[in-house]
Amino acid sequence: MSSVIESHHDDHHHGPAKGLMRWLLTTNHKDIGTLYLWFSFAMFLIGGAMAMVIRAELFQPGMQIVEPEFYNQMLTLHGLIMVFGAVMPAFVGLANWLVPMMVGAPDMALPRLNNLSFWLLPFAFGILLSSLFMEGGAPNFGWTFYAPLSTTYAPPSVTFFIFSVHIMGASSIMGSINVIVTIMNMRAPGMDLMKMPLFVWSWLITAYLLIAVMPVLAGAVTMMLMDIHFGTSFFNAAGGGDPVLFQHIFWFFGHPEVYIMILPAFGIVSHIIETFSRKQLFGYSSMVWAMLSIAILSFVVWAHHMFTVGMPLAAELFFMWATMLIAVPTGVKVFNWVATMFKGSITYETPMLFAISFVVLFTIGGFSGLMLSIVPADFQYHDTYFVVAHFHYVLVPGSIFSIMAAVYYWIPKWTGNMYDERMGRLHFWLSFVGVNVTFFPQHWIGLAGMPRRYPDYALQFADWNMVSTAGAFLFGASQILFLFIVLKTVMGGKKATPQVWEGARGLEWSVESPAPYHTFSTPPKVN
Amino acid sequence: MFKKINNLSKSAYVALFMLSLYPSKVFSDWDALNMREGVTQVSRDVFELHMLIFYICVAIGAVVFSVMFYSLFRYTKKRNPNPSTFHESTKLEVAWTVVPFLILIAMAVPASKTLTEIYDDEEGEINIQVVGYQWKWEYKYLEDDINFFSNLSTDQDEIYNLVPKGENYLLEVDEPLIIPVDTRVRFLITANDVIHSWWVPDFAIKQDAIPGFINTAWTRAEETGIYRGNCTELCGKNHGFMPVVVKVVEKDEYSDWVLSKKEEAIKLAELTEKEWSLAELTQRGEGVYQKNCVACHQMNGEGLPPIFPALAGSDIVMFDKDRNVEILMEGVQGAAMQSFANQLSEVDMAAVITYTRQAWGNAENGDGEYVVPSDIVEYKKPKI
Ligand code: HEM
Ligand SMILES: [Cu+2]
Repeated sequence: MSSVIESHHDDHHHGPAKGLMRWLLTTNHKDIGTLYLWFSFAMFLIGGAMAMVIRAELFQPGMQIVEPEFYNQMLTLHGLIMVFGAVMPAFVGLANWLVPMMVGAPDMALPRLNNLSFWLLPFAFGILLSSLFMEGGAPNFGWTFYAPLSTTYAPPSVTFFIFSVHIMGASSIMGSINVIVTIMNMRAPGMDLMKMPLFVWSWLITAYLLIAVMPVLAGAVTMMLMDIHFGTSFFNAAGGGDPVLFQHIFWFFGHPEVYIMILPAFGIVSHIIETFSRKQLFGYSSMVWAMLSIAILSFVVWAHHMFTVGMPLAAELFFMWATMLIAVPTGVKVFNWVATMFKGSITYETPMLFAISFVVLFTIGGFSGLMLSIVPADFQYHDTYFVVAHFHYVLVPGSIFSIMAAVYYWIPKWTGNMYDERMGRLHFWLSFVGVNVTFFPQHWIGLAGMPRRYPDYALQFADWNMVSTAGAFLFGASQILFLFIVLKTVMGGKKATPQVWEGARGLEWSVESPAPYHTFSTPPKVN
Repeated sequence: MFKKINNLSKSAYVALFMLSLYPSKVFSDWDALNMREGVTQVSRDVFELHMLIFYICVAIGAVVFSVMFYSLFRYTKKRNPNPSTFHESTKLEVAWTVVPFLILIAMAVPASKTLTEIYDDEEGEINIQVVGYQWKWEYKYLEDDINFFSNLSTDQDEIYNLVPKGENYLLEVDEPLIIPVDTRVRFLITANDVIHSWWVPDFAIKQDAIPGFINTAWTRAEETGIYRGNCTELCGKNHGFMPVVVKVVEKDEYSDWVLSKKEEAIKLAELTEKEWSLAELTQRGEGVYQKNCVACHQMNGEGLPPIFPALAGSDIVMFDKDRNVEILMEGVQGAAMQSFANQLSEVDMAAVITYTRQAWGNAENGDGEYVVPSDIVEYKKPKI
C-alpha cells in the first residue's frame, strides 16, 4: 500500500516481501490490517450497491425494477454483507493496525493465525455471493434468517449460506483470540489495564463478546443444517420442534453482535474527541465501566427483538426493564464525550466532524432504541420502518462514521501522507446530509405504518420514500469520493509528522509516519 | 390534552426535520406521520405512552445537545486557546447515572401498567382464530362455525404499473374480517407454514402467527369503520401482499352478517351436489386459480422453477389424477406447496384441478381426465 521505510535500528529484521506473495503469506499486523480494511471497503461497496437496488425499487409504489423474490435476496445479502463483511472486518483491520502499536507490542501475538483469519474471509463471502447464481437464487429470508422460512421453505442455496457463516465465525473467533492474547500478554511494561487506550479496552471487551456468541450462531446454523438435510426437527413445529427457539438462539447471538459493532466505535470516538478538543478524556474509568456493563447487559436483553412472539408477561417485563437499563451506561458515555469537549480547545478536522456527528446521531439512535424498549409501544413499532431507522442510525452514522473517522485520523500514520482536508470535509458533509435524508424520514413512515422488508407499499408512504431514496443515492455516491480520497492519500500528499495531530497522545504517535514495518521491537517505556 | 400534544408534536417534527426547505404542502399531512391513536382504550394508552417517551427523549436531547453545541461554538481553539485540564468528577458521574435511572423508572411504571392490561387474555364474547398462510389470512369464527380466507384484492396490473393505483392500493382484500363494535373479541393467532405477524395498527395489536403455537390478543373496538393493517413478519416472496382488513360494524349488522354467512354455507353444500359440466368447472376453476395459485405457479402455468414448479406440461397434472388430487389436499412435505383442503370448498377444489388439467394444452397432451366435486367429497371420507 505505502512505500515502506525500513526501520534503521534493527537491520536483522526484514522488510516486506515483494509482489502478491507479500499479501498472501504476510504475518505482519500492519499488512493484515490493510488487507482487512480494503476487504471491508470492497464489501461496503457491494453491500451498498445492493442497498441502491432496494432503494431504487422503493422510489415509487408499484414494482418497477426487480421482482419481490429478488428484492428479498438483495435485502438478505445487503444485511449479511454489511454486518459480517463491512463493519466487523473493518474493526478487525483497525485492531490489527492499532492494538499492537497502542500497547507497545511488536506485532499481534499469533501472526500466522492472523493470516489465516483474514484469508478465510474472501472464501466465506465468495461462497455467499456465488449463491446469487445458483438455481433458486440467493438466501431470501432476511439477515435474521428465521426458521422455518430459512429451513423448510428456503432455496437450495441455504446450505452454502450455512457453510459461509461457519467460515466467517471461525475467522472471527480466531481474530478475537488473537486480540485477547495480544492485549493480555504483550503490553509494554508499565501499561496497566487501567492505563490502556480506550480503543484497546473496547476491543478487549468486544473480543470476549465475539468468543461468547459466535459459537452460538454456529450452533443455530448447524441446527438448521440438521433440519434441512438430516431429518431433525429443531425448528419444525410439525416434527415437535419450536420455531421460537430459533429466535432465542439467534438473538442470544444477535444482540451482543450489535454491541460488537459499536464498542470499538466508542473507543475510536473517545480518542478523536480527546485529540481535537486538546483535553484529556473526561471520566476514563467510568468509560471503561460503562463499556463493561453494556457488554454484560447485552447478554440479558436479547428477547427485546421478540416482544411480539407471545412470551409470558413476566418475560416481557424483564426484557423491557433490562433493555431500558442499557440506556444508563450508554448515556454515561455520551455525557463524558460532551464533558470532554466542554472547555476544550476544539478544531474541526475531518475525523472530528465525523466524531461529533457520531455523538449526535448515535444518540438519536439511542433514543429510538429507548422508545423501542417500551413493550406496548414496540407492538406498534416492531417490524416497521421505525426499527429500520433506529438500527441504521446506530450503524451508519454510528459504526460506519466511526470507521471513516478512524481512517482519516490514522491514515497519516499508516501512509505517512496527510489526506486532502478540503475533500475530507466535503466527503463528511455529503455523507452527513445523505445519511439524514435517507434515514430520518424512515422514522415517520414507520410510525405511519409502513412495515419493513416490503418490496412495495401503500400510497401514503410515497413522498418520503422518494426522499429517502434520493438521500441513499447521495450517500452512496459520496463513498466513491471517499475511495478517491483514500487512494490519493496512499499515493502521496503532504508529509505527516510523527505526532500528526497537535493534541494526539498515545504510543502510536511516538513512532515515525508512516509507521515502520516493524515497531516496538524493544518495548517502549510507559509512565 | 391530545389536541395540544398533536400541535406540539407537529412543531417538534418540523423543527427536527433537517430538510425544511421542502415545501411541506407537497408532502402528506404531518399528523399522518405519527403513530395512530386508534379506536380502542389500549391503542390510546399505547399512543400516550409513545408521546410520553418521545417528549422525554426530546427533552434529554435538548439538554445534552445544547451543552454540546454551546461547547462546540464557545470552546473552539480560536476562542479558547488554552483548554482546561479537568478530567474527572465523581459527583457529576454519580448525578448522570442516577438521574437517567430515575427518568427510566418514570417511564417503566406506565409502560408496565399498560402491558399488563394488554396481557389480560380472558375469553372474548366472540373468539376468532386467525391463521397465516403464504400469502393470505384465514379467519375462523369459533362460536359460529364460519370460516373464510382473506386475499389481497389489488389487481396485478396496478402492482405492475399498467393501470392507475386505487386509493387503498395493497391495503384491500376480497373479504375482510368482520367484528361488532363495543364487543370484546379475542383472537387466537397461529400459522400454517412459516411465521407471519398479524398487525392492526388501530387496535395496537401485533402478534406473531407461528406454526405450532397459538398466540392470543384481544380488542374492544369503540368505533365502526374499516381498519387496515399488514403482515409484519417476513414470510417469503409475497410478504408485502397479504394485508389485514378489519371491518367493525354495529352489533345488529354483525348478526345479520353471521346469518347470511350461514345461508351461504348451505348454498355451497347444494352446489356440491349439483351435476357439473366440464365447461362450468373449468370456468369456475380459472377464477379459483387466479386467486390461489398464480402467486407461485403463475398465470401461464410455467411457475418459477425450481421452487415453484410448472403445471403446464407437468406429468402429474396431465396423467396422474389421483396424485394430482392428493397434492392439493395434503400439500407437499418440505416444499412451499401447502394443503388447500381447508381453504377451498369441494366445488372449488374440483374446479381448480379440472382447470389446470384443461389449460395450457394439458388436456390435449395428457389424458384429459377431470375431477368433479363428488370426487373430493369421496376423498375426504375417512379411509378404513
Ligand atoms: C440505548 C441503546 C439501545 C436500545 C435501548 C436498543 C433497543 C432496541 C430494540 C428494543 C430493538 C428491537 C426493535 C424491534 O424489532 O421491534 C432494537 C433493534 C435493533 N437494534 Fe437497537 N438498541 C440500542 C442500541 C443499539 C445499538 C448500539 C445497535 C448497533 C450498533 C443497535 C442495533 C440494532 C439492530 C441491528 C436492530 C434490529 C435488528 C433487526 O431486527 O434486524 N441498537 N434495538
Ligand atoms: Cu438488541
